[in-house]
Amino acid sequence: MDLQFTPQQQALRAEAREWLRANTPREALTSYDTREGFEQHRAWEAKLAQGGWSSVTWPKDLGGRGADLIEWLIFEEEYAAANAPMRVNQNGILLLGPTMMEFGTPEQKARFLPRMARCEDMWAQGWSEPNAGSDMAAISSRAVRDGDDYVINGQKTWSTRALFANWLFGLFRTDPQSSRHHGLSYMLVPLDAKGITIRPIKALNGKQAFAEVFFDDVRVNAANRVGEDGQGWNVAMATAGFERGLLLRSPARYQRTAQRLIQLYRDNQAQADRDPSIRDAVIKSWMDAQAYNLASYHTVCRLAKGARVGAEASTNKIFWSELDLHMHETAMRILGPRAELRDAADVHDWLEGFLFAHAGPIYAGTNEIQRNIIGERMLGLPK
Amino acid sequence: MDFTFNDDQVALRDSMSRFLMTEAAPEVLRSIWDTDAGRSPELRAKLAQQGLTAMSVPEAHGGLGLGDIDWALMTQELGYYAIPDSLADTAYVSATLLCSLGHAHPLATQWLPRIAQGSARVALGHPINPWVPDAQSADLVLWAQPVADGLELHALPPEAIAVTPMASIDASRRLAAVQAQCSAATLALSGPAAQALWDEAVDRAAVCAAGQLVGLAQRMLDLSVDYVAHRKQFGKPIGSFQAVKHHLADVATRIEFARPVLYQAALSLSRGAAHSPAQRAAFVSHAKLVCGEAAWTASRKGIQVHGAMGYTWEVDLQMFMKRAWALDSAWGDRAFHKYRLAGALLPDDTMLGPTAAMPQ
Repeated sequence: MDLQFTPQQQALRAEAREWLRANTPREALTSYDTREGFEQHRAWEAKLAQGGWSSVTWPKDLGGRGADLIEWLIFEEEYAAANAPMRVNQNGILLLGPTMMEFGTPEQKARFLPRMARCEDMWAQGWSEPNAGSDMAAISSRAVRDGDDYVINGQKTWSTRALFANWLFGLFRTDPQSSRHHGLSYMLVPLDAKGITIRPIKALNGKQAFAEVFFDDVRVNAANRVGEDGQGWNVAMATAGFERGLLLRSPARYQRTAQRLIQLYRDNQAQADRDPSIRDAVIKSWMDAQAYNLASYHTVCRLAKGARVGAEASTNKIFWSELDLHMHETAMRILGPRAELRDAADVHDWLEGFLFAHAGPIYAGTNEIQRNIIGERMLGLPK
Repeated sequence: MDFTFNDDQVALRDSMSRFLMTEAAPEVLRSIWDTDAGRSPELRAKLAQQGLTAMSVPEAHGGLGLGDIDWALMTQELGYYAIPDSLADTAYVSATLLCSLGHAHPLATQWLPRIAQGSARVALGHPINPWVPDAQSADLVLWAQPVADGLELHALPPEAIAVTPMASIDASRRLAAVQAQCSAATLALSGPAAQALWDEAVDRAAVCAAGQLVGLAQRMLDLSVDYVAHRKQFGKPIGSFQAVKHHLADVATRIEFARPVLYQAALSLSRGAAHSPAQRAAFVSHAKLVCGEAAWTASRKGIQVHGAMGYTWEVDLQMFMKRAWALDSAWGDRAFHKYRLAGALLPDDTMLGPTAAMPQ
């Protein structure tokens, strides 16, 4: 057992650090929940791609570095330490990309993956519907085969930044007789297609962070289906659930937030110490961020030795989302009466993070659903 | 980078687990409670046959020469089976301390072979603990004596201590208040070397307790899962109800994120770890805190899902709860470890951020 980086890993770290030092924007970008900010982020991530850093776990011939998960953790550590911006293209690169590599046709891979890597296409997700939230198998949006096309009718919702993206991937019911997770297909839909209406939904921060997407006789060629007709559920679930979960939430960003929180505490210690429990909450932030990091290293090392990761991956989602909320709540408590000042320089980022942290326990499978999964599939409790 | 255990370590753990499953079954524990000494020489002899007492003793002294990483798995087993014995105090913490004196030191040559054979019980007396486990039955007490410039190490034979038994809520813990007669004859080490040796021993003993705590948490989770899968109300197993399921999912989550912290602490203690004692202390305190919290969560949620049965003497859950409650403040209570961790994190950025050094 060791936590020692190899010379090759250290070289990757040094290379990433140097590139990020030279290229990370000095000024904070505008919020990616605005059109202007979205374009700024897209431009930044295109630059990241030119440097070969946008998709380090992808194969080299597709614009990645063929990095393993340990190298990916290292890159993320450098990325967070450099205070580099949050990324808007990760849904494509980390969710759709691996699915397409596993299930896509050669034509699909050639058509979509290089454009995705270069941020030429930006992808939104289409899973949830008004009546299919936690119960995702209740999806009712239909894609009916008509010659070479599918004709899509229905509605998706909570589609993050769909207003600014140009493609959507998601599940649609292609067998009208089917129910639950049978008869669904995994479809790629251009958001400028005739019959699509995108209606933004204002989020807690007042910005158009997500959207409803309406489909009214939208024709999509069958070449835009990933995997077999009716196999969409399996396609969506197959790409290693653990890797997906981890890749979307690298430990480094929580370690960085814990570090910022400790600095915030130091800067406001006299005020904060009037409530002795704040110091405890600050220390807990570091403890949990560190634990998440160690758990990630432990798991990727086990994976590297051929272990399988099952339902215990659901503990990750609960852990990081509660940690994120805890850290931002603690920051609010330290800031005290200033915490409500939306535009104050020392408050703004904490407040935005505080709002967004409340989404964590809800999206990507609510924490209640995660606890069901842990109970039933990890502990073997009856349904 | 390989933050996992190797096949030998896992195999040793698995064989010990199989052994303890039968030899330290709950009914065995209960029968030992009822004895005056509260200790079973037969059980200890069997554990010695399995090699457990020889783990930390160097091969030159008849041992296996294993270390902190191996113990990080083994202490979890000792906790899981809640063995009625402070065995790891002797076989892990004391044996390692004696090794640190130098393999040719008279105390090492005298005691290490006996520890390996399982024929010596060594207790540890340190000001961090008000009472000494198993002082009554110890053949030797390694005693930390406060003096002006720190702690001395004294090796006390039974005749140099006066013991007053103190009853613990955990009937398997045999505590005593100890009055020590330290003298020039008992002094083994003094000065900064003695202080450093005790600092390391405290960290090792805290990690030893942390390992047992996370093992206890796992046992309480397993007992609870078993109970709620069988107990029926409203015509269904109560484990099918989300309110019950979610309690246990929370325990599982705590355990998942406590174990790697334990392993980091063990790594920071292991030979040749390249970092300062202050960093080691922080890693150790982190582990003690999260493993204690995992165990207390498992106990709180465990008794809840057992319903009224959980409040009875009859149900086995109590053995593990009581051990968890007791060990939580052994070798530093939460206040001690939180204070120490805060002292490492708040003054400067050495341990902060995504690129902070990990133990190597």
